Amino acid sequence: MDNAVLTVLIAMLGGAIRVSTPFMFVALGETLTEKSGRINLGLEGNLVLGAMVAYATSYLTGNPWLGVLAAGVSGLFLGALHGYICKLPKVNDIAVGIAMMSFGTGLAFFFGKPFIQPQAPRLDAIPLGDWTGNPALAQALQVNPLFFVGIVLAIFMAWAFRNTRWGLIVRMTGDSAASARAMGVSVDLVRFLATAAGGFLAGIGGAFLSLYYPGIWNQGLSSGQGLMAVALVIFARWDPIRAIFAALFFGAAGAIGPSLQAVGITQGYYFFNAAPYILTLVIMIISAGSKTAAREVPGELSITK
Amino acid sequence: MTVQTADNAAILARGGSSLQFLRLAEAIAIPAGAIVVSALLFALFLLVIGKDPIQFYSLVWTGGFGSSFSIQNSLQRAAPLILTGLAFAIPARIGLTMIGGEGALVLGGFASAAIAIPLVTNGVPPLVTLPIMALTGIITGGLWVGFTGWLKFARGVNETIASLLMSYIAIAIMNFFVEGALRDPASANKPSTLPIGDAYRIGPMPGTEVHWGLAAGIVLAVLLWVLMSRTTFGFAARMTGGNLRAARAQGLPVGWLMVICCMIAGGCAGLAGFFEVAAIHGQANASLVAGYGFTGILVAFLARQNPLAVVPVAILFGALAAAGGVIQRRMGMPDATILVLQGMLFVVLLVSDTFYGRIRFFQVKATGDRT
Repeated sequence: MDNAVLTVLIAMLGGAIRVSTPFMFVALGETLTEKSGRINLGLEGNLVLGAMVAYATSYLTGNPWLGVLAAGVSGLFLGALHGYICKLPKVNDIAVGIAMMSFGTGLAFFFGKPFIQPQAPRLDAIPLGDWTGNPALAQALQVNPLFFVGIVLAIFMAWAFRNTRWGLIVRMTGDSAASARAMGVSVDLVRFLATAAGGFLAGIGGAFLSLYYPGIWNQGLSSGQGLMAVALVIFARWDPIRAIFAALFFGAAGAIGPSLQAVGITQGYYFFNAAPYILTLVIMIISAGSKTAAREVPGELSITK
Repeated sequence: MTVQTADNAAILARGGSSLQFLRLAEAIAIPAGAIVVSALLFALFLLVIGKDPIQFYSLVWTGGFGSSFSIQNSLQRAAPLILTGLAFAIPARIGLTMIGGEGALVLGGFASAAIAIPLVTNGVPPLVTLPIMALTGIITGGLWVGFTGWLKFARGVNETIASLLMSYIAIAIMNFFVEGALRDPASANKPSTLPIGDAYRIGPMPGTEVHWGLAAGIVLAVLLWVLMSRTTFGFAARMTGGNLRAARAQGLPVGWLMVICCMIAGGCAGLAGFFEVAAIHGQANASLVAGYGFTGILVAFLARQNPLAVVPVAILFGALAAAGGVIQRRMGMPDATILVLQGMLFVVLLVSDTFYGRIRFFQVKATGDRT
């Protein structure tokens, strides 16, 4: 019995590392966008389109890293479109997010049809667990380089928000558009760039899905991960480092179902499939009432009002 | 102030109702313009990928409205879209962006199929069973979306994200039961609940092949239009949507208004699920997750959240869905083609929001030197 518990725990650790990476990238992208005072609910579309573009590029060129780059560019395209449209007066950014979600997934399903069958070259992992001599642990510690890219990026973002001129401008635009304008900063431009860059990161998250884990492309590849990552940003209170921990937590939660299945507990598989959504909802309910969150929210953000 | 007076004078001079008329003309012309622009953009898209746009649009026409069969097919698909369109439009009037129609449809449909199992096996007559099924679907959907509305007003949870999460949870709940406790052992390839059987199916309306869901949708659209624009409840709801603080200051029960609007919305979507089960599939299974809830959002946006306008817009999208199959077969295009077209239309439609009040033709002119 102890052995089974250990297996589940190791599988959850591996799952946390594997499943968390797309959450991480989407959440970091959304953090950047929301820090500038705008919300992009449509990152689910970036994630799915990024996954498809990465898979197709990797298949056609044979180079998965080129796929990662292409996925970022596709996300940049959707993000820039979102950023541009929201600049127009009387346009609701939440509604644009819903539209981008359906536009992005529509494009991905349309162009992705021929790539459902073929096998594309995948990203390689770094085996970090071979020294343990435990095959299960070694399997769990197969870590994709993008995982580390995400962590480094989060640390860099946290540092840049605090210590650079650009970081200050983004934060100021998010907290008070009026003071940003008084300083001679173009609010629309800052938000446009922050949304486009956020879209780029979300696209890379999609590349991880199709090129590493689960490592295939089909229409059911992402079921709401992009959306959950957006919810996770509120939970992480707009802090890149906390976003990483939140993503790891979500990864572990998402891995419960498959891990239990691996040791033969198949009952309630569908319930555990729903676990990440329920967890997200519970977290949203908790963080919505939190006074700390209310204090740290960027002042211009419409989501918490 | 002077502008206001001048405006009023102009309105009086032009017969009083001209402001209303211009508003209506604007509300029709701008979405119609958005449809034309996105159709042109999509034609460009087709040209780029080497397909014939003229063939595409003529297939949309013949597949959607070309024959009496295709018209019936379009109307059949419009029925759930009217209801899911209402499910987005009603909360939108009170200022909530609820996108959980898909989940309420799936769960409502599943609940009505589930309650039918004991009734059908015990031989309860269809005239009793069907109303119970419909009521179960409505109540399930209503409570499901109502809960999200309650979360919004009681805890301040963002309703857009929460409602979409609730949709994923609803689909997982249906899968849990359909692949487990309530699975009909005879459904080998596609796990489903026990079929309700032909005797319990809702037949077509007399003289047509379209099921009664269309009539229910149209009746509900009219009733909800009356409710939202001709009653105190509707006025209070619209006031809350327009200015939450003012509504609170007036002492309106804002929270209850929100929850009730959400329950109405969920009830509409749940009813759509009931009709999908009772008239189309005869059982609950993964086919319920057909995207009607998401298309309903676009329907409501195009109808500018007006319950009456939801009906013709839903028929338009029903035709588009009906033509999808023909386009797939005749032009060799993937089924996601319609999704791309809808996505483009959605984006263009939101861009068109920026033109309200900015096109001079639709503004009341104080000077009167131009119509």
